[in-house]
Amino acid sequence: MSKNMKATSAKPKKRSQFQETMRRLSKNRSAMLGLAIILVVILISVGASIFYDYDTQVIAQVGDRLVKPCWQHPFGTDELGRDIFTRVLYGARYSLSVSFVAVLVSLIIGVPLGAIAGFCGGVIENLIMRFNDILLALPSIFTAIAIVSALGKSTLNLMIAVGVCSICTFTQVTRSAVLTVRNNEYVEAARALGATNLHIIFQHILPNCLAPIIVQTTFRMGQAIISAASLSFLGLGIPLPAPEWGAMLSAGRNYLLGYSYMTMFPGLALLITVIAFNMVGDGLRDALDPKLKH
Amino acid sequence: MADKILEVNHLKKYFDTPRGVLHAVDDVSFSIERGKTLGVVGESGCGKSTTGRAILRLIEPTSGEVLFEGKNILELNKKQMRHLRQEMQIIFQDPYSSLDPRKSIAELIAEPLEIHGIIKDKKEREKRVLELMETVGLAERLVNTYPHELDGGRRQRIGIARALALNPKFIVCDEPVSALDVSIQAQILNLLEELQEKLGLTYIFITHDLSVVNHFADDIAVMYLGQLVEKAESEALFEKPLHPYTEALLSAIPVPSLRNRRKRIVLKGEITSPVNLPECCHFAPRCPYATEECFASSPELREVEPNHFVACHKVK
Amino acid sequence: MSEIMKNDDIVLQVEDLRVEYHTDESLVKAVNGIDLTVRRNQTLGLVGETGAGKTTTALSIMNLIPDQVGVIAGGSITLEGKKTLEMSDEEMNHIRGKDVAMIFQDPMTALNPVTTVGDQIAEALRIHEGLDKKAAAEKAGKMLEVVGIPAERANEYPHQFSGGMKQRVVIAIGLSCNPHLLIADEPTTALDVTIQAQVLEIMQELKEKFQMSMIMITHDLGIVAEICDEVSVMYAGRIVEHGTLEDVFEHTKHPYTEGLFNSLPDINDRSRKLTPIPGLMPDPANLPQGCAFAPRCRYATEECTKAVPEKRWISDTHYVACSAYDDPAFHIERKVD
Repeated sequence: MSKNMKATSAKPKKRSQFQETMRRLSKNRSAMLGLAIILVVILISVGASIFYDYDTQVIAQVGDRLVKPCWQHPFGTDELGRDIFTRVLYGARYSLSVSFVAVLVSLIIGVPLGAIAGFCGGVIENLIMRFNDILLALPSIFTAIAIVSALGKSTLNLMIAVGVCSICTFTQVTRSAVLTVRNNEYVEAARALGATNLHIIFQHILPNCLAPIIVQTTFRMGQAIISAASLSFLGLGIPLPAPEWGAMLSAGRNYLLGYSYMTMFPGLALLITVIAFNMVGDGLRDALDPKLKH
Repeated sequence: MADKILEVNHLKKYFDTPRGVLHAVDDVSFSIERGKTLGVVGESGCGKSTTGRAILRLIEPTSGEVLFEGKNILELNKKQMRHLRQEMQIIFQDPYSSLDPRKSIAELIAEPLEIHGIIKDKKEREKRVLELMETVGLAERLVNTYPHELDGGRRQRIGIARALALNPKFIVCDEPVSALDVSIQAQILNLLEELQEKLGLTYIFITHDLSVVNHFADDIAVMYLGQLVEKAESEALFEKPLHPYTEALLSAIPVPSLRNRRKRIVLKGEITSPVNLPECCHFAPRCPYATEECFASSPELREVEPNHFVACHKVK
Repeated sequence: MSEIMKNDDIVLQVEDLRVEYHTDESLVKAVNGIDLTVRRNQTLGLVGETGAGKTTTALSIMNLIPDQVGVIAGGSITLEGKKTLEMSDEEMNHIRGKDVAMIFQDPMTALNPVTTVGDQIAEALRIHEGLDKKAAAEKAGKMLEVVGIPAERANEYPHQFSGGMKQRVVIAIGLSCNPHLLIADEPTTALDVTIQAQVLEIMQELKEKFQMSMIMITHDLGIVAEICDEVSVMYAGRIVEHGTLEDVFEHTKHPYTEGLFNSLPDINDRSRKLTPIPGLMPDPANLPQGCAFAPRCRYATEECTKAVPEKRWISDTHYVACSAYDDPAFHIERKVD
């Protein structure tokens, strides 16, 4: 049987899991829209200084205060006469970098903790998960405020504060993924072949846990942007006068009645970015689900 | 004396459950000669899979002895055990869940070689993988495909190739064909048979399908609720089943022929739960021949005819 | 059982049924023009392997093909003189459960875990027979007893029953409204042999008692031999051989049927070598030209790949879809002695 098969065709192209996922993701319209928005935001945050020069556009032009949106200032100017459009573009840089680093922090701490808890079980699992419960029991904004007030106000501390708040999510997600994967027969099969625990964790368990972790990462990016903005809104975020979206909202709230555009544009930017991350997260969850393969 | 490759003595595996102690394997003893096949038959929950896994220490037995080529493997430490796994392998029932979905066929078959560092050279390893694929009848072009792209029969061939990669002497086949279609089932059974002849393998063949085991095994052990109730050479067992359970089991097989039909004995009731079992013949509540004696004490496994063991008070 | 039988003896007539599934990438031809006739009080066995189209056929008869993807591309289904494919959903709901009922393979998922089994049986009775709550509950208890479960257990939930018991409950639900036709889709595959024997016996008994016809879908020729009157062997969405039990088991004609028999271990002759059918079932999204079995058939000639073989009647009751039989001298190797 094998012999006549061999003659029929050449080796088919290796289609990796990644390509398969991307193929399915590309069929999901809202996920693709979200992805496009995120790409645009990334481009803006990277290229903001190429399109607009902060010094000439904002610092040098201070003067015309509280100008309503017009050709020269598409989003108007704020109470100090700074161009809001330019500030929103620059703000993308802060929001994205804060959320990116924050999520990275929680990934680095949360995933190994969850993996250890799920794989070892027993006392270790109990310790980790109870600690996690404590973190979960505190409203995350309080934890973040506490961290920032303890460490001092700086961009880095904001990143750490936001990151610590989402550690527990990753621990939980990773642990439950590990628990599911650990009971799969292929893990037992690897053990039957004589594989060590390390081999099993790195070759079989973690790669099969990636899907829920990736999905959670995407959702958490959106969440982190909001958390960072909230802290800035409360004056605990990136020090002024950096054009952070949350800080801009905070500044604008005093002028809400007459000059609502001051809060509207940074608010919209925030909203659109967070929704984009959530749309991608939703799409990824569907694309990575092996049950929906057909 | 026959050359016994494996001897199992008083093997027990108990699980603690919220409802009490579950006797999954309850004092099972048997042995297998080199190059032969022992079929282990029983219905779901009778402990046949647990027995297979306990022999390989994939599940740690509660007590007992497993002598592989004279060595008690239950006394080996982790490292020695890992090393011994090269000689004792298992083929799993479900070719869908027993293969890591994120690995290609080549990676899956190369994995045992990597784990044991048998062939270090990458080129050599690839050659060995292709050789193994040829042995189990997998076309070379499939080397980079993933399990979910293949049908059950081909996946089971991958499982077999993985088990063979380390040149084992002994393989536990845990229902290797029950997830497959009839026409594919026969392909896999024939493959296993060929490999046994070619490589001198010894099998434990765990199954619920009596017609398959009759065809495949030299000896058959019948299990009921964690205990061995009858063990004999296949021919003897099919010709003259002594235990009432074996008799009923044999008669319940639907035979695909309109002739020489057996009279069906339909058992009353269902398998009771293996938790907190009373000290009596576990089959007694369903047994058409049961008397007081059967509810009073549990029967020992005795050799009633040469090589024919049975655990029943009624068999004299 | 001859061709001249009167029409009112026919419970179900399926003619040239074609069913397709449309997915993102492909068009899957699951059923490709099959004919079935089920007569009163008879059991028809529908045999085939995974992907042969057995379940799709059953779902078509129930008019339960999944809406978005499945399309009945042609043919007609006549149940008790009514064309079911032309019926509205509402009319069909009235027939489902009452004239025709279906038992699924997995009793674990066929029952609702949060409702007592008694209520689940009573539900069908209240919908179709218009019984009030009390009468329905009473009849539900009776139905449980019919399938060998004490009526007191009607107040228990599915998880309190074992697999075999659950399948009996499912059978009780299926039979509660006294259907003319019962479609059983692999009803014992998930069960152990001794439990399977119990369930088959009960089904056999009930068939007589309720004067039903039955379609038994299975992959197990042993089950067919035990409880069917006629057999249709399906392969790749077509019926390749049909006849009475004796026709198919003793005078096997189609090479695929022969292959199935040869793949099975013979319980009375353990030394017989198994002869598997080489190769795999064709991909239903990409069926070969001509006879779908030809690539795996050891008698295949070039002729076989040209056109889909038509039925060839061997006798009044027995037909085979194989063009080799145009040669009167052709015969397959299998002999039953």
